[in-house]
Amino acid sequence: MFADLLRRELRLGLRHAADSVAALLFFVVVTALFPLGVGPEPKLLARIGPGVIWVAALLAAILPLDRLFGADAEDGSLDLLLLSGLPPAGIAILKTCAHWLLTGLPLLLASGPVAIMFGVEPAPFAVLMLGLLPGTLVLSLLGTAAAALVVGARRGGVLLPLLVLPLATPVLIMGTLAAEAARTDAPYAAPLLVLGALLALCMPFCPLAAGAALRQSV
Amino acid sequence: MRAERLVLVGVGGAVAHGGALLLRGANGTANSTLLRILAGLLRPDEGRVAWDGAELDDLPTWSRHVAYVGHLDALKPGLTVAENLLPWARAGSRGIAPALATMGLEALSAIPARFLSAGQRRRAGLARLALCTAPLWLLDEPTNALDAASLGRLEAMLAAHREAGGAVVAATHQDFMVPGAATLELTV
Repeated sequence: MFADLLRRELRLGLRHAADSVAALLFFVVVTALFPLGVGPEPKLLARIGPGVIWVAALLAAILPLDRLFGADAEDGSLDLLLLSGLPPAGIAILKTCAHWLLTGLPLLLASGPVAIMFGVEPAPFAVLMLGLLPGTLVLSLLGTAAAALVVGARRGGVLLPLLVLPLATPVLIMGTLAAEAARTDAPYAAPLLVLGALLALCMPFCPLAAGAALRQSV
Repeated sequence: MRAERLVLVGVGGAVAHGGALLLRGANGTANSTLLRILAGLLRPDEGRVAWDGAELDDLPTWSRHVAYVGHLDALKPGLTVAENLLPWARAGSRGIAPALATMGLEALSAIPARFLSAGQRRRAGLARLALCTAPLWLLDEPTNALDAASLGRLEAMLAAHREAGGAVVAATHQDFMVPGAATLELTV
């Protein structure tokens, strides 16, 4: 059932590609604005590149959250998902996987070319990508929990950034810290490990919280 | 309790294998709320819901007993009719084609749901019932937007389901043929 439902989510995501592509384009456009805003000096851009990419990825990942459960709640699919035999937390995991595959992974892949555009050097580049992998996963997990909380709330889309962004600050700090450490030849393992620890923390708790919120929403 | 208001008090009933119960009542007498309680989606403040001695306790277990068709059709406009039913077809291990045939939708199976009329959407939502193996069907206004031929198909589907030992609880305002159905009148 889980695999069938995930396939359905992905098929939906690909057929309504506008949602996921919009997040990706948002990411690219926001990062492209920075050289215009702060000036084209290569050294400065190489230095701020990882931070810009992290912040833009964080904001872009929030864009599709509004529809993550919202669309299903509107057309009655959420009732059927809850009655599908999967536990509510399982439905949350399903949505997290769909969000990561349709938004997180494309953002991760787009970060490479954007980092090259900023002239990020090879060492911080590798660490940046290494940090974005658990980072985008944590964002999908946190985002799903927040999206489940605002199901049925009026203007839930406005609440979402307010819920997700404060919770995502540790991810942002650790991710940029690691890339900065790699740039200055300092040890960068610790912040990466903290990112992994955050992922390990979110993996059980976010689906459980999202499941409980979903159960309350119908 | 719905939106802090007491809407259902002292409602009781039972439906046997092969039986049917029609919920009657004017608009706003909580027909849908009662069905959602039976489906396990809403929790009653008091009282109990059970099927074959199994109490409604947690949703995933309970969902094996019930199939729910709400007043929304739960169709994704971007998916074809067949794709909309796909996950349920796997779960119930019955084919999509026969399920679509029960509601006369064979010709529409490859059409995206966004092109369907209200009645066709309703039929696609009801065709999901033919896929599931749950014994207790909960139908919220199943006859909405259906034409006479589709109404006949629905009646045939319900009759076949009850013949096989299933039970039906339906909220309806229309008269449709459910022979031997008990009626529960909900009043304000």
